[in-house]
Amino acid sequence: MLRRLTRALHQYGPPLAAILAVILVWHAVTTWLGVPGWLLPSPKAVVMAAYQHQALFPKHTAVTIAETLLGLGVSLAVGVPLAIVIVWSPFLRRTIYPLILGLQSVPKVALAPLFLVWIGYGMPSKVVIVASIAFFPILVDTVTGLAIVERDLLDMVKVLRASTFQTFMKIRIPSAMPYFFSGTKVAVTLAVIGAVVGEFVGSDEGLGYLIMVSGSQLNTAMVFVSLLILSVMGAILFELVEAVQRLTCPWSVGE
Amino acid sequence: MNGHDTARLHVDARLTDGRATAADAREAVLRLQGVALTYVDADAEPVPALTGIDLEVRDNEFLVVLGPSGCGKSTLLKLMVGLLRPTAGRVFHHGREVQETLQDVGMVYQSPLLLPWRRVLDNVLLPVEILGWNRKEYEPKARKILDAVGLGGFLDKMPRQLSGGMQQRVGLCRALITDPTLLLMDEPFAALDALTRDEMARELARLWEQRKKTVVFVTHSIPEAVLLADRIIVMSPRPGRIARTIDIDLPRPRADGRKLGAAFEDYVESIRDTIFGFKEA
Repeated sequence: MLRRLTRALHQYGPPLAAILAVILVWHAVTTWLGVPGWLLPSPKAVVMAAYQHQALFPKHTAVTIAETLLGLGVSLAVGVPLAIVIVWSPFLRRTIYPLILGLQSVPKVALAPLFLVWIGYGMPSKVVIVASIAFFPILVDTVTGLAIVERDLLDMVKVLRASTFQTFMKIRIPSAMPYFFSGTKVAVTLAVIGAVVGEFVGSDEGLGYLIMVSGSQLNTAMVFVSLLILSVMGAILFELVEAVQRLTCPWSVGE
Repeated sequence: MNGHDTARLHVDARLTDGRATAADAREAVLRLQGVALTYVDADAEPVPALTGIDLEVRDNEFLVVLGPSGCGKSTLLKLMVGLLRPTAGRVFHHGREVQETLQDVGMVYQSPLLLPWRRVLDNVLLPVEILGWNRKEYEPKARKILDAVGLGGFLDKMPRQLSGGMQQRVGLCRALITDPTLLLMDEPFAALDALTRDEMARELARLWEQRKKTVVFVTHSIPEAVLLADRIIVMSPRPGRIARTIDIDLPRPRADGRKLGAAFEDYVESIRDTIFGFKEA
């Protein structure tokens, strides 16, 4: 019991201490140096704002989470099958894949207003923006994972007359899993950014919207609360993906 | 089986230590005639990897291909199994020209190439699954083979829980599960530490002596070659050619190296001279 406690302290102690130190410095700067609240609210002001508007946040958080998850779902549903098809077919690898890689250099954030024009003001346009950003790491990493299988291993199954289907089912897809998961972890973080950007561009709900409105009213404390929620949301989603990885492919996670 | 059984009945006059090597009379499992292979790359000079290879691999022979790096040893194995086509010359398997990859071949590489998401037992059974055979039927056999290499207690372990030598043993078991008539081994012990490597070579000698198979074994270790081989082909580099063929007339079993004595050392020295000869030339 004591040993467990010391180990937990050893593991979580330093980061917790660092966070505490940041909050203390923050508190010191805002209260003793007399920085005005609209420029940098004190930790206490942020907590107060969260408390005062507690009815507001769940609704807007739910909207942003929905946009993020739906967009992520779309990019998984499109990215993974597309990756398989691209690795399966040498023709597609030479035609479609370079095209997609070229599109990757288009700044997706700059496309957000365009999606709004095309799809409209509501949630679907946000989902599309999220998907367009989260899609690339999933596709590219999954393609990499499916494609880089050791030559000798492929030779070995070729001698066994393995079909392309068997090679995918028994070798390529399992060995791509760690790559798929690292792509998804990057995608999760990007998805949150995509949702916020979408809400910035045009929306009447979501944490991004809340940041826009509060910012324009110089209600900086509200902006900070929204930012905190977004950070925690991103961290939780990231950990969730990692948990799924640990559950489905324990072999791919380092000791 | 087929024609090569009758060929085995031929009695050869040259008998050593009471065991008929009868080398010339055995039918060739593989025959390479004037084989050459040049790697052609669009934007580079063509690289000749092998040239003028005339070679027979005989039934139930342990043939070792020995040579420095870059002499086309691995290329030679790929030609034998049909993964590569020669740019000149022909390759025959039991008298028929090799047109596609051979079946009934076990392959072992320098890296064990185990699938990290499969338990040891499932790794060994991978070929059975790919061939669409009944997994249940082969499971006892897999256990038996793993037991024979001292891994009976590790069936449910994941590959990363095993040492390098143990992983390589699993790779060998996977090659043996289909009971192939031909075993191709491409520097299977090269990635192991010296002690484990020595141990593995002896173990392979013991396994092979218990149950003969046609083996082509690539290595750059001279003692390993002499310990294991019925016959050694020494290759010289750039482009790869057969520089010398040596029959190893040492008594078996050889797993206990002490009994081999001076004759063993003589072979090693003689081969070393041949290989150092390339460098001076």
